Amino acid sequence: MAKKLGARSRPDTGLSSARLVSSYLFPRPKTRLALLLAAPVTWLVLIYIVALVALLVTAFWSVDSFTGEIHMTWSLDNLKQVFTQALYRTVTFRTVGIALLVTVIDLLVALPIAFFMAKIAKARSQRIMVILILMPLWASYLVKAYAWRSVLSHDGILQWLLQPFGLGTPGYGLAGIVITQAYIWLPYVILPIFAGLERVSNTLLEASSDLGAKSLTTIRLVVAPLLLPAIIAASIFSFSLTLGDYITVNIVGGPNQMLGNLVYTNVGAANNLPLASAIALVPVAIMFAYLALVRKTGALENL
Amino acid sequence: MRTKALKSAVILVASALVLTACGTAQPAATSSMPTKLGANEKTVSLLGWPGYAEDGSNDPAVDWVSPFEKATGCQVTFKSYGTSDEAISLFKTGDYDVIAASGDATLRLIASGAVQELNTKLIPSYKDVYPFLKGKAWNSADGKVYGVPHGYGANLLMYKKDTVKPAPTSWDVVFDKSSAYKGKVTAYDSPIYIADAAVYLMAHNPELGIKNPYALDEKQLAAAVDLLKAQRANVGEYWSDYLKEIQAFETGDSVVGTTWQVIINSMSAKANVGSVLPSEGATGWSDSWMINSKAKSPNCAYAWLDYIDQPKANAAATEYFGEAPATPAACDFMASKDTCASYHAGDEAYANKIWYWTTPIAKCLDGRTDVQCTDYAAWTSAWQEIKG
Amino acid sequence: MRISNSAKWVLGVITGVVLLFIYLPLLVVLANSFNANKNMVWPPPALTTDWWGKAFRSLGLWEAVATSIEVAVASTLIALVLGTLVAMALSRYKFFGRQVVSLLVVLPIALPGIVTGIALNNAFRTILGLQLTMGTVIVAHATFCVVTVYNNVMARLSRMNPNLQDASADLGAGLWTTFRLVTFPQLRSALFAGGLLAFGLSFDEIIVTTFTAGNGVVTLPIWIYNNMFRPGQAPVVNVVAVVLVLSSMIPIYFAQRVSAVQDA
Repeated sequence: MAKKLGARSRPDTGLSSARLVSSYLFPRPKTRLALLLAAPVTWLVLIYIVALVALLVTAFWSVDSFTGEIHMTWSLDNLKQVFTQALYRTVTFRTVGIALLVTVIDLLVALPIAFFMAKIAKARSQRIMVILILMPLWASYLVKAYAWRSVLSHDGILQWLLQPFGLGTPGYGLAGIVITQAYIWLPYVILPIFAGLERVSNTLLEASSDLGAKSLTTIRLVVAPLLLPAIIAASIFSFSLTLGDYITVNIVGGPNQMLGNLVYTNVGAANNLPLASAIALVPVAIMFAYLALVRKTGALENL
Repeated sequence: MRTKALKSAVILVASALVLTACGTAQPAATSSMPTKLGANEKTVSLLGWPGYAEDGSNDPAVDWVSPFEKATGCQVTFKSYGTSDEAISLFKTGDYDVIAASGDATLRLIASGAVQELNTKLIPSYKDVYPFLKGKAWNSADGKVYGVPHGYGANLLMYKKDTVKPAPTSWDVVFDKSSAYKGKVTAYDSPIYIADAAVYLMAHNPELGIKNPYALDEKQLAAAVDLLKAQRANVGEYWSDYLKEIQAFETGDSVVGTTWQVIINSMSAKANVGSVLPSEGATGWSDSWMINSKAKSPNCAYAWLDYIDQPKANAAATEYFGEAPATPAACDFMASKDTCASYHAGDEAYANKIWYWTTPIAKCLDGRTDVQCTDYAAWTSAWQEIKG
Repeated sequence: MRISNSAKWVLGVITGVVLLFIYLPLLVVLANSFNANKNMVWPPPALTTDWWGKAFRSLGLWEAVATSIEVAVASTLIALVLGTLVAMALSRYKFFGRQVVSLLVVLPIALPGIVTGIALNNAFRTILGLQLTMGTVIVAHATFCVVTVYNNVMARLSRMNPNLQDASADLGAGLWTTFRLVTFPQLRSALFAGGLLAFGLSFDEIIVTTFTAGNGVVTLPIWIYNNMFRPGQAPVVNVVAVVLVLSSMIPIYFAQRVSAVQDA
């Protein structure tokens, strides 16, 4: 018995310095908070925010078109170009349109399937379905995009499937981009909604129907408000991932270009980081506006 | 709460601004040309098109890097890029000793001092390189040599024989007559493709006075842009990786457009494609290996430049990529005896019909001094404008 | 809410159709891994197992897989630590700038990859004067992976009974002991789920990676991308995809087990 006690108390003596720190920290919640936040906030600010601000500052500089050296003289030329030239407006509208469409399609597809998984399927089949949804995530983005290239071709499977109904493949182009992007990001939309639905307790739903509410009423008054943050969180994924894409467009997009292509051509290609930064401001501004809009719903805590 | 949050956000941004105030890259100082080589370093890092330096890791049978490593003791690291433009931004990181660059990149590298003048006496294999590839606008400047040739090829016209009849001999099928193939025309996805339109205009609109497709003044560029905008309406897709181009022609999603010889060679018989070097001539590439002006391993870099123009290595590299070799003796080492013939290697008349990719610059390349020409930046924004 | 049987049926059918839709392109990938045509022309003119042999003999491929795993493991570990710290701070304390911190965590995933990519590239190279290496990729990936861990831990902490921790303290346990013996065991499945998502995000990321990977750092997506541009190698990537999808069942299965045990 004595031995056992000794064995148990040894870690305590070994941790005496930890214990000291702990008894110092216990009555000082502010210090504890500071310690918790120190590492992550330093990381995110020093690495991410600094990089982001530096990029935005670069938008005010210019580049020697021949040698590719950056001149650090302040000028609004790049911004003027981005905000006045018709090209950038057209591409911005096209990109936002595609991103919205992808988001709406993904939500419409994800809601019923997530509902079925969370509220109807039995525990076992639910687990299998989660695996089925997660597995395609590992097939590599590029491989999936190229698979869609095969599927969408005029000589491809979609054509073959749809021909009997008098329809045909949309081919490569805007529709191709929307379908492929909606496909690639679908699991990222289903999962948060599924998780959100799981958090809506069944007893709540039963209570609602015991009180005489019809299914639709329950969905409208009970499920929807509880689920909204999850839906918004999911939409942030599909919207932002589509907004910045430039690779799918090249594979199934036909002759079209999106904002990502303009940024990529200017930085990877024309070596014009200042102009690329100015163009990058557009999706950044759009995302900030979107985040500001949804901030109140608490969605940011549900991604 | 909200104003507090705002305040802390302002503080974050402000502190970030202070941190960013210091420094961007400075232009490189050019180093002087060496007169003799020292001992090889241990490593050399290369940058090139995919397939320019294969070390057997993708296919054990395809390997011309390991013999070099054995012979010189220089361990090679290789990074590939997708477009010339990407190559330049990668090379500027200073991480690479050597670059294989096409002519639409070389002049920009020379002008920015990113590459050094070469002493060709230190590159024994250089003397056997095809003379029509030496001392050209895309690998030298002011009589100084900056690059040794890797290989060369033309941007040809490919078409599906069953849809494009009669067999075309002119680029007009992708320009003035492209509406016949609406949605099935393809073109190379790069600003440098503007030169293809200029080659066409050179022959068909002589009143524009284009003498060199890479030396376009404002008016000439505008004409090329108009031509390409009209073409855009009929384009099914632009291509830059050749898998995409091959698939599109195999399935019939594209039926006519620019191509490379290597793509033609990999098409199946079922695809039923033909190809031609049209009467107007064509654009093409002649890639050069160049050395970083601040190379960390200059001796290994020189060793690589010599090695890649030796017949055996040059044969392996150019046959794998699908282009004509830089040195005639390479033809003896090709795995397939038809390779050199199919790429028209050494055919000077064929080679002379090619306008090799060259960087457009403000100082007109055709010698005009009364006007300013449009530079690559102008071509880039024109290209984005064309794609819309 | 009582769901009528017909509604259940309709939802079940929709679910089935969606799953079919999800797997249709993957079947194409599977078929293409046996496609005798080296340019993945559809439909396959003949079948071959050559690509499977080529894939297993390709050294570059397996090095790329190893690099990707290394990057994903390292960035997931960093994300686990940082994400848990933020979640603990934000779930337990109300403080000045709380919303800014949560925005800070979300931002790297909410802003498009190309913006993150060029911003970090510029910061590493021109501001810090660093050479791009595997380290820079890890740092970049960890930055946008924090959010997945944060969210999972946050959700779990908000459902956790805070009295347990108080009880632990009342019984004389220090902060670390409480974390180790009380908080952590309850977080385990949340950490696993968050870590798995972080791993997945990192493993398949290409845009940010393109801009932050140094010379010679070839992750699997970059290798696949390069192979699309390499003569006669394209179908090999389909083999990779098939192998990845199948082998992903293992970690997902374990993740499910862990959460099932915990929920029970």
